[in-house]
Amino acid sequence: MAKTLTQEFVKGLWADVPPFRLVLGLCPVLAVTKTVENGWGMGVAVTFVLVCSNILVSALRKVIPPKVRIACFIVVIATFVTVVELVMQAYAYPLFLKLGIFIPLIVVNCILLGRAEAFAYKNGVTASIADGLGIGIGFTLSLTALAAVRELLGAGTITLYETPIQVMGASFEPFTFLVQAPGAFVSLGLMLCLMNLLGKK
Amino acid sequence: MREIIKMVVVLSVLCAFSGGLLAAVRDGTKENIEVQQLVFVKGPAIKAILAEATNDPITDRFKLKVGEDERGFFVGMIDGKPKAVAFEGFGKGFGGDIGVMVAVTLEDDKVLGVGVTTHSETPGLGSRAKTDPKFAAQFKGLALTEAFQVKNDGGAIDALSGATVTTRGVCAALTQAGTLYKEIKPQLVENAKGFAK
Repeated sequence: MAKTLTQEFVKGLWADVPPFRLVLGLCPVLAVTKTVENGWGMGVAVTFVLVCSNILVSALRKVIPPKVRIACFIVVIATFVTVVELVMQAYAYPLFLKLGIFIPLIVVNCILLGRAEAFAYKNGVTASIADGLGIGIGFTLSLTALAAVRELLGAGTITLYETPIQVMGASFEPFTFLVQAPGAFVSLGLMLCLMNLLGKK
Repeated sequence: MREIIKMVVVLSVLCAFSGGLLAAVRDGTKENIEVQQLVFVKGPAIKAILAEATNDPITDRFKLKVGEDERGFFVGMIDGKPKAVAFEGFGKGFGGDIGVMVAVTLEDDKVLGVGVTTHSETPGLGSRAKTDPKFAAQFKGLALTEAFQVKNDGGAIDALSGATVTTRGVCAALTQAGTLYKEIKPQLVENAKGFAK
């Protein structure tokens, strides 16, 4: 059972990577991955909330009575989500406009509640930080990867900060289907398939 | 019994803590959020109507208390002097309130430019009030101190075809801005002087 910190961290990057392996938290995965910028912005926001809530939940795990633990988790998570929302509004307003409703929706994201319930409530603070960082970075990377595929093929660009960079040549005909909602499902499915193929070996 | 008390205490303490934290963060970010909203929501309209200004009207702004609420005013430097002021007026359109930013020259009370900031009009019809440059251009040079009216109602403004109600809303917003302007002009002049270099 006892794993090293590195193992706790690394598992979030591959073995337990949220959208592809646990298939959790798909709402933002499908909705915001239109551009790379949105993808990693969302990922960073989730990582921050995840690490903070993991720290607080594991620090308080002996104090929180089991019967009201879910209520406590929600209070902790909602607090940090609101902090992220305010900070993003103050320092990255265009990103805030694009992510819009999906920032407050992090509160009900099952990755956060899942990590609080399944990990932070049962483990120490340092292990929980490693777990939160690993899962968060894994989530960010998967969102960025999915967004990169969709944006590159769907619009021929990569948006890192504000301005889209034209990657494909002028003769490239954008495959617009991919940036629309059904394209999100198709590319997510293909990514899952690829992950499973690679995992089998 | 002890268990119930513990639950209540833990939850209350947690909620109090999170409330305090949020209040602190909100206080710390309030000013920045205001600036960001100005830059990204009202900024484009202000820049467009104060195109002749040599300064950045968003940094050179001041606030005045009018009636019950505080309103923002933006100063435009033309030929090195703070000659123009831009501010917002509101009127009822087809789908709700329309916010119109209007820039006026303090010397002769003439409209320098108008730009719609916020609206919820029908896309493609009423929304042209924001996007059609010809519509906005017809307000230029009119006196802000007089009421604005659509031609059908005996005024001088050409209504957008298919969007008379929206046009009336814009006119109402400008008329409201005009009333406000007449009321507080001395204060505006006084405040704008402070920005002269």
